[in-house]
Amino acid sequence: MSTDTNNGMFGVTGSGDTSGFGGLVKSVQSIGSTQRPFGGYFDQVADELERAFPAFSDAIEKVVVDRGELTLFVKRERLFEVAKILRDQLRFEMCVSVSGAHYPTEVGRELHVVIALLSITNNQRIRLEVCVPDSDPHLPSLVEVWAGTNWHERETYDMFGIIFDNHPGLTRILMPDDWDGFPQRKDYPLGGIPIEYKGATVPAPSERRSYQ
Amino acid sequence: MSTFTDPYASSRETTEGRVYSVTGGDWDSMVTEIGATKEERVVVNMGPQHPSTHGVLRLVLELEGETITETRCGIGYLHTGIEKNTEYRSWTQGVTFVTRMDYLAPLFNETAYCLGVEKLLGITNDITERATVIRVMMMEFNRISSHMVALGTGALELGALSPMIFAFREREKVLDVFEMVAGLRMNMAYVRPGGVAQDLPAGALTKIKETVKELRKNFKDNEKLLVGNSIWIKRTQGIGYLDLAGCTTLGITGPVLRSTGLPWDLRKAQPYCGYEDYQFDIPTTDTCDVYGRFLIRMQELEQSLRIIEQCVTKLEKLEGQPVMVADKKIAWPSQLSIGGDGMGNSLNHIREIMGESMEALIHHFKLVTEGFRVPAGQVYTTVESPRGELGVHLISDGGTRPYRVHFREPSFNNLQATAAMCDGGQISDVVAAVASIDPVMGGVDR
Repeated sequence: MSTDTNNGMFGVTGSGDTSGFGGLVKSVQSIGSTQRPFGGYFDQVADELERAFPAFSDAIEKVVVDRGELTLFVKRERLFEVAKILRDQLRFEMCVSVSGAHYPTEVGRELHVVIALLSITNNQRIRLEVCVPDSDPHLPSLVEVWAGTNWHERETYDMFGIIFDNHPGLTRILMPDDWDGFPQRKDYPLGGIPIEYKGATVPAPSERRSYQ
Repeated sequence: MSTFTDPYASSRETTEGRVYSVTGGDWDSMVTEIGATKEERVVVNMGPQHPSTHGVLRLVLELEGETITETRCGIGYLHTGIEKNTEYRSWTQGVTFVTRMDYLAPLFNETAYCLGVEKLLGITNDITERATVIRVMMMEFNRISSHMVALGTGALELGALSPMIFAFREREKVLDVFEMVAGLRMNMAYVRPGGVAQDLPAGALTKIKETVKELRKNFKDNEKLLVGNSIWIKRTQGIGYLDLAGCTTLGITGPVLRSTGLPWDLRKAQPYCGYEDYQFDIPTTDTCDVYGRFLIRMQELEQSLRIIEQCVTKLEKLEGQPVMVADKKIAWPSQLSIGGDGMGNSLNHIREIMGESMEALIHHFKLVTEGFRVPAGQVYTTVESPRGELGVHLISDGGTRPYRVHFREPSFNNLQATAAMCDGGQISDVVAAVASIDPVMGGVDR
């Protein structure tokens, strides 16, 4: 989670707001790492992973259990090994999804890659999260482990500019090949034009005030 | 040496070789000219369009004679940036966007999204039973209408026209139910965080019971046309082969996975919306081919009807229960009503907020313009859509708008299997294989 603060009421400055709400400073709540016991099958997954993977404590930055879901924050250097062990020994046969998220305020770990795994054998789900800096947005591709991550990784590259090393063909997939920029990043504008209706003008969605 | 003068059917030299534009009607001269070259390998561009309603898909096929040596998909022609757009709208407004992703299964998109928002809010257990049962019923109706398009257009693509007429006749009946309940035939934004937009109108259950009876009778028409039909079997049996190992490594779910014999259905495996309380079977086949997937979809129609009948029984007992959570800080205050010309504002609600209660107006205004705050965190919720696992990854930073919305679309994921199904096969079987995946490009491209 972002360790950001929100200022003001609407996220807009210089609007002549004299209500006093413009001076509000609220910190965004962040979710820390979870200590054992994690509950449910999460302890069993963590135990098995620790047994199968001696470098567990070095590879896993933190473990978060929130709302009944387990997230393992994996160091990118170790991602490929961890993925292989999860597939071969813990029976996570399917990687159902890879996507990204952009946290511009988390300096040094701005880009997050979120990987959703499914074990049909054990009927379990876990999530891996890998954080990479914007200045060096590289992590290993998992296409060799789960071929189905191919398009998901291409989409993540297309939308966030995260580079999956050793991907067999990391090209844009949804946007045109010659597109500039990465649309899902937070600094990429939404675009849109003001709408006029019965004489009044409604600003474009990204220009409207947003309640924080 | 080109002898063509037609601007739409010409050829030109490129660095990769000669490129021909074929628009149909000029095949004879094209074959003559291509036959004159020494090159055996031909790259054919199928699309970017699709012969039916799946959307805009481009297939690049490398051929040796009629055998395909390489298949590549070009997607993105329907990319609309829905995920980005939702980051600038309130959590409730997001429903109106996500319903437009996979336009053949809008209620699945809405429900998956709302289940995610509710999980983030921690109100999953507060959703009233009536709302949940209505959701299940609408989703199962939607499964029927979606499978009808899959079957009808799938047959159409292989040259069989009559199944499409029957399939769309049935789909129309389902859309009539949607119109009666939600006011709209598609993209209805009916499922909302906290429940559903409005209760069933008077007499709805009677109409639904009649529809179920009619559908069950009418499904037999398509069954008679296709099941066991020797031409249909020749075009589909052993075509588009993908076994269990292929499915797991490619992350394939839905009817394609079940055609390998694995009864994996999230409604049974990881129940949501109370699916554990319903009696139904998971049809499977072990043929791994297009025919098996077709049979599975046919059988799922009957299973959906079974679930709908159980929903009707439940709803009769739940008459009068609310369809929205009790928490007024989340429940959408705006009330709608269905008139002769579609959905509009409820006049009773307008009278209350404009004429009777100032507080109700303030409450309405605050919640509709500002929305509710969702505690920070992330969730991944799944539902079994007609095409497989539909996953929604939601991230909240604690604000009134989503921080990130990602849809794991089964169409997007499953379309990756095209190459595995088609390479080494005949060019005419590509259409059958893609139809059996049943991709909806609105979902693929989002």
